[in-house]
Amino acid sequence: MKFEDIKNLLIDKFGPEVIVGEETSGLQPALLIQPDKIAEACLELRNNEKTYFDFLACLSGVDYGVDENIFGVVYHLSSIPYKTQLTLKVKKYHDRNQTGLPSFPSVCSVWRTAEWHEREAYDLLGIYFEGNPDLRRILLPDDWEGYPLRKDYKVQEYYHGIKVD
Amino acid sequence: MINPKTSSYKTRHEQLIAEAQPNEMILNMGPQHPSTHGVLRLELITDGEVVKEVIPHVGYLHRCFEKHAENLTYQQTIPFVDRMDYLASMNNSHAWVMGVERMLGLDKEIPKRIEYIRVLVCELNRIGSHLIALGTYGIDIGAFTPFLWCFRDREHIMNMLEWASGSRMLYNYIWVGGLFFDLPVGFEERCKEFIDYFKPKMKELNELLTDNQIFISRTANVGILPLEVAINYGCSGPMLRASGLKWDLRRVDEYSAYPELEFEVPIGKGLMGTTGDCWDRYKVRIDEIEQSVLIIEQCLERLTKDLKRTPDFDPRAKLPKKIIPKAQDFYIRAETPRGELGYYFIADGKSEIPKRVKARAPSFNNLHVISEISRGVLIADLIAIIGSIDIVLGELDR
Repeated sequence: MKFEDIKNLLIDKFGPEVIVGEETSGLQPALLIQPDKIAEACLELRNNEKTYFDFLACLSGVDYGVDENIFGVVYHLSSIPYKTQLTLKVKKYHDRNQTGLPSFPSVCSVWRTAEWHEREAYDLLGIYFEGNPDLRRILLPDDWEGYPLRKDYKVQEYYHGIKVD
Repeated sequence: MINPKTSSYKTRHEQLIAEAQPNEMILNMGPQHPSTHGVLRLELITDGEVVKEVIPHVGYLHRCFEKHAENLTYQQTIPFVDRMDYLASMNNSHAWVMGVERMLGLDKEIPKRIEYIRVLVCELNRIGSHLIALGTYGIDIGAFTPFLWCFRDREHIMNMLEWASGSRMLYNYIWVGGLFFDLPVGFEERCKEFIDYFKPKMKELNELLTDNQIFISRTANVGILPLEVAINYGCSGPMLRASGLKWDLRRVDEYSAYPELEFEVPIGKGLMGTTGDCWDRYKVRIDEIEQSVLIIEQCLERLTKDLKRTPDFDPRAKLPKKIIPKAQDFYIRAETPRGELGYYFIADGKSEIPKRVKARAPSFNNLHVISEISRGVLIADLIAIIGSIDIVLGELDR
């Protein structure tokens, strides 16, 4: 199924507001999905016989920079029967306040592999995933402060009384 | 019985630990346990010898590759990429280099000789990596000899790759747009000698381990991974193929010189037990080594005939002076010995440094499924399952 057809399929199912935008300039076109609808859209793309994206290859959290203050998640889907690939993106503004985290719906219920990927995004970028049953740090120690892959990250001065370089 | 407190738990981990029964014991396996293949900690909830739940804890080898990659140019990151999956450095850097070349639009200009050398060293590295997987798997199960045999044969590969690149394990050999150096004079002949030496050794290994009744009893029908579970958990590589799916990115994506090469994609058939058990995963690796040998023979054939070395051949001829891809996102995937290795690049079009890099490590996804396939097994079988997944912690923790 072509990129345009997938776009139309999602519009038919969820209405035109589900697609916020699209990026077609690069080698791999991407669909920008409305953040609240991402889990439903993924479930539809996995279950629909025409698309059948049964394999979540990669899920990456992204911090788009301190000027824009936009956080996003990028989903790389691939379909084993059709041998096709698709990129989905969600983006959200977040002002980097200390009390809250940018939050997106979890796609754990669609692909179980998302659970660890989302934990990694939470761990390194501080993106919260609603509905992830086991959201805790995965690569860093549980008591680490801050989110290292954020663009404004400053390493903590001391960790367990030892200076961090 | 539903625990009324369930809703107050923040994570599943918390709930599992809190709800362990009085007859159950919480046991930590690792991070210094030799059979966990590195610094991996498995928290087990056990009832006697039976494993009720496995909770993997990873990250002991974490050095935030992705943060490093955001501070270095594409070329400078290649040594870091090598250090992710340190048993298959060539395959890692090949994937990275392909991604950067495609972003630059260079991928069609790479000379055929370079593509074939890349495939040759990648397949040599794949054999080396699988030999470690098979040898250490034997030692996990209690067979000591195959371990020594595998390391003996791998040593030849190490020596050859050291000759080509100057380093035993972490090569930095494949560069964006070319290679560090051409193959040393005489490499092809030595490689041919190695292949002739190696083929009978695989037969010996099969007699010693693959068809060994003790080994089969320990691995067949253990840790069965059904295909739909494997796909849902994002397993790839020998893990996925052992469950019966012909899915090899060398064939699916047809990258580099692979479309011109003939080889089969081995899958698990459940010969000794059920499709997707530990023995199948082991057997897929054995079969893949044989296929890699075939690929190497074809590469040598081409490299000594029509793609022969010429005095004026410069493997650095296509090296770009400055690597500045256009502003774009790009996801590249390639088949390493462990499965689908993916890199997701975000380039801003202005600098030589990527804005964001994410590495999708195959071991990371393959390990995730362990808690699903080890419920209700014996502790000794859990060792067999970990070994059959073939994790490399350097890549898992990045």
